Amino acid sequence: MKSRAKSSGYSPWKPAFGLALLTLLAGCGEDHLQTYPQTTFAPASDFARELDWLFKYTLVLGVLVGLFVFGLLGYIMWRFRYQPGNPEPEQVHGNARLELLWTFIPALILAAIAVPTVRSIFNTQREAPANALIVEVRGYQWWWEFRYAVNGGRDTVVTANEVHVAVGTPVQLRMTSGDVLHSFWVPQMGGKRDVIPNKVNTINFTPEEPGVYLGQCAEFCGDSHALMKMRLVAHEGDGFQRWLQNESEPAPAPRDSAVMLGKQLVTKGACAGCHTLRYGAAKDSATLGRTGPNLTHFGRRRTLAAGILENNAENLSKWLKNPPEVKPGALMPNLNLKDEEIRYIVAYLQTLQ
Amino acid sequence: MASTATVAAPHAPAAAPHTETGVWSWITTVDHKRIGILYFFSSIFYFLVGGIEALFIRTQLIVPENNFISADLYNQMFTQHALTMIFLALMPLTAAFFNYIVPLQIGARDVAFPRLNALSYWVYFFGGLMLLFAAVTKMAPNVGWFAYAPITERQYNPGPNVDFYVLGLQIVGLSSILAGINFIVTILNMRAPGMRLMRMPIFTWMVLITQVLIVTAMAVFTIAITQLMFDRMFGTTFFDPARGGDPLVWQHLFWMFGHPEVYILIIPIFGMISEVIPTFSRKPLFGYNVMVFASVLIGWLGWGVWSHHMFAVGLGPIADAFFALSTMLIAIPTGIKIFNWIGTMWGGSIRFTTSMLFAVAFIAMFTLGGISGVMHSVAPSDLQQTDTYFVVAHIHYVFFGGTVLGLFAGIYFWFPKLFGRLMDEKLGKIHWVGTMVGMNLAFFPMHYLGMYGQPRRTFTYPGDLGWNWMNLMSTLGAYLLALVTGVFVWNVIRSARKGAIAGDNPWGAATLEWSIPSPPPVYNFREIPIVHSRMPLWEEDASKEPGIPHGKVAEDVNAITVGGTQVGEMEYPDAESKMSAHDLGIHLPPPSYWPIILAFGILLVFGSLIFRNLDGALHNLWYLSVAGVLLVAVSIFKWAFEPGH
Repeated sequence: MKSRAKSSGYSPWKPAFGLALLTLLAGCGEDHLQTYPQTTFAPASDFARELDWLFKYTLVLGVLVGLFVFGLLGYIMWRFRYQPGNPEPEQVHGNARLELLWTFIPALILAAIAVPTVRSIFNTQREAPANALIVEVRGYQWWWEFRYAVNGGRDTVVTANEVHVAVGTPVQLRMTSGDVLHSFWVPQMGGKRDVIPNKVNTINFTPEEPGVYLGQCAEFCGDSHALMKMRLVAHEGDGFQRWLQNESEPAPAPRDSAVMLGKQLVTKGACAGCHTLRYGAAKDSATLGRTGPNLTHFGRRRTLAAGILENNAENLSKWLKNPPEVKPGALMPNLNLKDEEIRYIVAYLQTLQ
Repeated sequence: MASTATVAAPHAPAAAPHTETGVWSWITTVDHKRIGILYFFSSIFYFLVGGIEALFIRTQLIVPENNFISADLYNQMFTQHALTMIFLALMPLTAAFFNYIVPLQIGARDVAFPRLNALSYWVYFFGGLMLLFAAVTKMAPNVGWFAYAPITERQYNPGPNVDFYVLGLQIVGLSSILAGINFIVTILNMRAPGMRLMRMPIFTWMVLITQVLIVTAMAVFTIAITQLMFDRMFGTTFFDPARGGDPLVWQHLFWMFGHPEVYILIIPIFGMISEVIPTFSRKPLFGYNVMVFASVLIGWLGWGVWSHHMFAVGLGPIADAFFALSTMLIAIPTGIKIFNWIGTMWGGSIRFTTSMLFAVAFIAMFTLGGISGVMHSVAPSDLQQTDTYFVVAHIHYVFFGGTVLGLFAGIYFWFPKLFGRLMDEKLGKIHWVGTMVGMNLAFFPMHYLGMYGQPRRTFTYPGDLGWNWMNLMSTLGAYLLALVTGVFVWNVIRSARKGAIAGDNPWGAATLEWSIPSPPPVYNFREIPIVHSRMPLWEEDASKEPGIPHGKVAEDVNAITVGGTQVGEMEYPDAESKMSAHDLGIHLPPPSYWPIILAFGILLVFGSLIFRNLDGALHNLWYLSVAGVLLVAVSIFKWAFEPGH
């Protein structure tokens, strides 16, 4: 027995744990959101707030239990360490009263967690209110489609990778998948929900603060799972209605020759095999292709390739040059477009405001 | 006790402890100790392989937008890391202890079915090779160890990757089920006279619970992967939504296996810790009965919590509430165990050997994993945590902080019994410190990464989300773990040959395996001991005062051991341990080559299905399948009529 007990009484994880807790508690607020833009600690909806509260509540209880166990362990390691000359310890086989005590106290702590848990489970899965904005969500490898009913349900607006909602209006997302499993997650709007073929899952929440929120697929869905992102835009005032109105307009007509050439390449070329551009009324959504995102108002979107690149001419050219290089496994093949073709297509897509 | 009278004199490890030597003797062995050692070294090997796979993952994530490996290779690596660690490293490493220690603890000469035991090992050996082959040829499973349908269907995954998953795990699972049946029978039927169930050493108890879980849970998994195999190879539609199947059925089946699997990996560790802590505290286990019942309860409740992996699936509030509450219930027996270990240490005289340090670290780290586990049971807030790095942190505190640290405690503890020599304590302490720093550096930041929005199973991440430095820390922690694992492996190799000689009972422990020489003779016990107590060596040694742990404490701090005699200072030339079983008139089953041939036949049957489509095209390798089936049939026949068994 060469070990010196006193060097072993020190547990290196204790300060680490304390420090970690401190960072966590200090880490909230405006700066926090700027440093960690995809954080769960900046709730911006009723759903997210409820989850945030529940997390912090269990965290505090958990940290207290943890500190107690670590403290006790540290004390015992020091107090009862072997020292030469120690008498043999008393041979105790158990203590029914103590064992009952440490059955019931954890049970009480768990009951204190169980009650708000069950309440929240039912709270967060209630029926959506009658005035809720219904958004249909479809997950595909590796992008998101969002559909809005307009004109009293007669027409449908289809967009991709950017879901728009209005502050203060309850939202219900009705989600399903076109291929494998995905999971919808915009941390600041609340918890995730899996997106499953042949099943419609819902999330209900009411956005509380305007802004553009980051989101991303959370269920492993293949090669580019890491690149299946999205934005959620929460509008103030009548911003949402204006956006929806604009989306339900047909794609704008080209105004100059380069754009005209771009349009021809898109609508007559390979693009149309997979992508839809709507030139008529929203109900006239007779489509050429439905494999890829609807491009009718592509130019207004903030990002491209499912939220991984800023939507600008440079990135768009890079994407068109070789999509699978930007996004491994992407279904959009390298079409071997010439540089000038890419220039025309970019010019056209950017006019789709 | 006359039957345990050999405790006093330490034996030098006999030069040739077994009657046979050479490679052939290892291939045909049916000795549980040799099979245990085969399991031990194989699983250490796969532990290193799984570690290398982890290093691929962590190196890819060391900086944002890294191009170290491709997305597909990354997906293979995180899948293969889990499969290797769970099925090829940790389960077999616990199996090494089941094999080596359980018969010794219950006073038996071997397991109930020695050839079946050899078959379990060889089936695992070939299944492991198959998965390893997939990994090195970059055809490894790439859908996660959970393999959620429908991405596993041929439509989305035409290559051989998922076939390796299905067939590799089918083989490895077969090995576990065979071993499980063997150990249940062994423990129930082959205990020494007087060893009632509630006198069984706690480790053996935990093994019994684990084996029941393995046999039942693996059966569920076998059904699931058989269905998946049929979907992929024979055109059924169990999990294919495009053709009317239901991908959620897979999730239910998978987690009905997957959650008990977590307990399969942790309950044996509970047993190891419950042997290590009393030994080095020199106090009996606090609340033995409650420890047993708590573990039975954990195993039983483990069957009723599977959907807590599926809170985001949309099962509705009733199911969510049920599984949240059942999951919380498990925290109660787990908490009891933690406090009973603390109660065992309380008032003890604690010696911080490397083994004990790992055991104490286990309590601390497993507590952290348990706390984050309770946080997951809170279904609504779990919707933020699930599928993020928070869960990665949680499972690594449970599997690394729990299973791996506990296994290290067990290895340092029982190594002297396996090899007759002690592991180096100085290297052991370097290993311990490095492991503690490394694991917390690697896994603690992941809690934050998850809550700051990083999903798991992502091969890349952008640099502007604040995740960079925590990922860097985590990767550095992984490198440190790799480094100290090297120290550990060096310690194993060196100590097995040059370590200080251990003697029968270097730690002054209480159970029967410490009453016989280290390493034990091939027949284990000359006479089957008669058991009157839970701790035969502490409570039955007539030469000692009753109720006092065996072995007086040496006042001299230079003593390596707390056992009766200072160890490493004398070597008895021991004629007795050199006597063969035959000399002593003990019948042992003769070696057999049918287990390895039968295992190879099984490999052929399953392998022929994979090689059908290694290059994407379907080749009909019916002759390989037929050869495999014939080999299996012939071996079973010959096995049944093998003389001497």
